[in-house]
This record gives sequence, C-alpha cells and structure tokens, in this order.
Amino acid sequence: MCCEVIEMSEPKIYRLKTPLSNDDIEKLRVGNIVYITGTIVTARDEAHEKILETLEEGKNLPINLNGLALYHCGPVARKRPDGSWEIVAAGPTTSMRMESVEAEFIEKTGVKMIIGKGGMGDNTTEAMKRFKAVYAVFTGGAGALAAEAIKKVKDVYWLEDLGIPEAMWVFEVENFGPLIVTIDTTGKNYYKERMEEVMKRAEKIVKELEKKPFPF
Amino acid sequence: MSLKENLTEAFKELIVKVATGIPEDVYEYINKAYETEENPLAKAQFEAILKDMKLACMRTKPICQDTGTPYLFLEVGDDFPLKSGIIDTFKEALRYVTKKMGILRPNAVDPIYAKNSGDNTGRFIPWVHTDLVPGNELKVNLMFKGGGSEAPSTLVMSPPLKGWKTLKETIIKTVANAGPLPCPPLIVGIAVAAGADMALTLAKRAVLRPIGKRHPDPKVARMEEELLNALNKLEVGPHGFGGRFSVLDVKFEYAYRHPATFAIGVITSCWATRRGSMTVKPDGSYLITSKHLVHEGDNCVVR
Repeated sequence: MCCEVIEMSEPKIYRLKTPLSNDDIEKLRVGNIVYITGTIVTARDEAHEKILETLEEGKNLPINLNGLALYHCGPVARKRPDGSWEIVAAGPTTSMRMESVEAEFIEKTGVKMIIGKGGMGDNTTEAMKRFKAVYAVFTGGAGALAAEAIKKVKDVYWLEDLGIPEAMWVFEVENFGPLIVTIDTTGKNYYKERMEEVMKRAEKIVKELEKKPFPF
Repeated sequence: MSLKENLTEAFKELIVKVATGIPEDVYEYINKAYETEENPLAKAQFEAILKDMKLACMRTKPICQDTGTPYLFLEVGDDFPLKSGIIDTFKEALRYVTKKMGILRPNAVDPIYAKNSGDNTGRFIPWVHTDLVPGNELKVNLMFKGGGSEAPSTLVMSPPLKGWKTLKETIIKTVANAGPLPCPPLIVGIAVAAGADMALTLAKRAVLRPIGKRHPDPKVARMEEELLNALNKLEVGPHGFGGRFSVLDVKFEYAYRHPATFAIGVITSCWATRRGSMTVKPDGSYLITSKHLVHEGDNCVVR
C-alpha cells in the first residue's frame, strides 16, 4: 500500500539546477515535485534515433547531454522579426513511444532526468536504477504553461532534416514544472503500480455495472 | 465586404478562440475539480491546468501544443448562399492562423508521401460533417481534436444479444487501459448504431454537447449518469495521479441499429477539449455562440 501514503501526504518539493549530479537525483522519490532551472533538451522519436546513430558512428553530439534533462516534446515555435525563436507552446508528448530506445539513450548520453507524459516501462526503469536517472511528468497538454518557463532558445539542431516538432531544441528554463517524479533510482515505477490498481478496480466496477438494467 | 470575406474573418476569429480560449463548461468543471480534490498530486495537476488555461488566454497562445485535427460539424440552411465555398473559406482561414499567426501547429501529414502539408489542410482535412436544415443561416461547430486523446478511442461490433453488457465493459476498460495517456480527466463520447462509422461519428459529435447537459431522453440521460459515476470510481485522476475526477462527463448518443448489429463507438477527449460554435447570416454577419475564457484588460473572463 505504498501508493496510498504517497498520494495523501503533502508532496516534497525540490528546486534543482542543471547540470544535475547523482546526489541531486538519488534523493528524489516517486511522488516528489521538482522544478528545474537550467538547460533542457528536447527529443522525440526521430531525434532519439538520430542521437543514437551519431553516437554509434563514434561522432560527438552537437551538445553534451551529460547531467542535463531530456524533454519529450514537440513544440509550437515561431520566428521573431529579429530572427530569434519564440516558443509558443511546449507541453510533453507521450513518452512510451521512446521506450524501446530509452535505456540505451540513458546509458550512452548520461542524461539525469527524463521529462514527458504518461510514464515509461520496465527497461527504462531498470536503466534508471543502474545509471542513476529519474523520470518525471509535466502536466500533459499544458503547452502554454511550459512555454512560460522557457526563457530562451539556446540552440536548435537538425531543424532542416526533422522539422519543428522533431528537431532537437535546447531551452534555457527557469522553474520549469511542476514535474512529478514517477520513476526513481530505486527501481520504483509509480504508474505501473497505479495502473495495476486501476485495472483491478475496473474489473469490480464492470461487475457492479452488469447488475444495472441498461437501458433503464 | 463580400460574404466570403466576412466568412473568412469569422472563421479566423472562431479558430483563434477555440485554440486559445478554453470553453466555459470545461473551465468551470476544472475549477470545481481543483476546489474539491483532496489528493495533493491530483490537485497540483489541476492547478497547473488552470494556470495553463489562463496563460493561453492572456497571451493568445494555444492551450496545448497539440493543436489537433480540425473537425467541422455544419448545419447549412437551404437558403444560405454558400455551399462548397464554406469549406474553401474555412481552409483559407486555417492556413492564415497556422502560417501567418503561428498559433496552430501543422498537424496534417500525408501518410503515403510522408509529408506534412504545413498548413493544417490536406486530403479530407478538415474533416466535415454536414446536416442540411431549413432556413437561411449557417451553423458551425468547430472542434480541434488532439492526437494523444484520440488514440484510446474504440469500436466494438457486438452481437446484439450481448450489446449492453459489451457496452459497459468497453467504456470502463477503455478509460482504465488508457490511464494517463489521453490526458484525463476526459470527456467520453459513446454511441450505439447500425454501422461502425455511424457509432464513432455520433460518439465524437456527442462530445460537442456541454458538460453537465444531459441527453433529452430520460433513459439515455440516466445511463450517462450511471456511466459517469462508474468511471469516476476508477480513480485514474488527472494524468493518472488518482482522486475523484477521471472523467468530466459521459455523452451518450445513438442511431437506430440493424437487427444483426450493435456497433459501439467510444471517443475519448482530453481535459483540453477545444470546441466552439457560431451562427452566420446570409450577409456574412456572425455571432460566436459558445463562451470561452478570453482576454479582457488585465484579466481573463468567460465571455
């Protein structure tokens, strides 16, 4: 009954700065709330592929991801008259699509925090325990709120090849959050436990509903 | 100005309003959920959602970066002077808001040639449903439907004898299985019909009906309430963090079925359900009939 305790007690709040150290990360537990200040880098499906290909070929990435936070996000961006980028909306995308490559990604890049929505699976959880990283969710859909915390676009890579949503954006953020930790370095996966609980409830609710004489 | 010019301006205003201003009913229910929710993680989600809605309104920014696929549900009066011109005009407005204003993310992707059109229009996009009605007015219902929240949508072709049993199981399991992915709390549209396409279309159309407004048939209304209560016992909660609000409402619709079929369509729509409506007169004068959170002075007000 771990989860009942997590749900009902006041969540602990941490304000962290990048680069993130193992000490920063290892103190975090599922259910904690984090606000990040510093550098976060976006990557969706295609940027993940490209980053891993680049490393596979023995080349350097355009930015060293060690100690940074990775954000599963495809922003809405527009160019200002002076040529700089404005991030209009930047909520998270579904993280599970990256599950097949994320463990390798964590191992090879040294990212310390992955931010997305919807949770991730066993391979990522295992890699986070081994290489000391956490997964946290930003409120899905809250694109305007996310954009507000992005103070500057520091760089964007592979824009030509991948297009705006899939490119690798480097954001300077201030108090980016609330991020809720759902996978920590102890191997705990909050969503996995929660969803098992929800499925059990679903069975019970279906049985109760079966007794109702639809249509009345 | 000509009717077409007027209509283009009307569509631009409606598109911006729908993408940046959360509808009144959604805003009120999320506020209520925030005030009554006791689970602190769920409450934190509602707080973030409300901040997002207000920022989108203050800055005229999209509520969600997934600005969705455009759906038009039209009621075209017999004597409204434009017909196919309605769609051309809407496309022009859509291109303008996407490319010139940068408010909509380009979301129309050609699956065969793997190319994004860049302006949110494309083959069969916007998706249009038209009802022909008496009179000389045009009524427009616009919905921007997010991709992530469309993913769990379900169709089941049930044997008629098991129809209602299947329906109960389908709606509960659809919301439970989806968990945090479609960005709950959801509005769930559910429909029974003869054909597969009919069930899904009616389920989507049902999402247009405001939260809290029940189906006019009392039997259907009671089923909506039973399903709503049952779904909220799942405790999925906002983004899977538990609590009392997994769905904001259930909307039930139906068509007559075939003796041999019982098609069940379920559509899930995220907390950021974006929809709006307007009425256009034959001279192009128009009125946006839906209320949204909009910018006024230094504040956001529902208007």
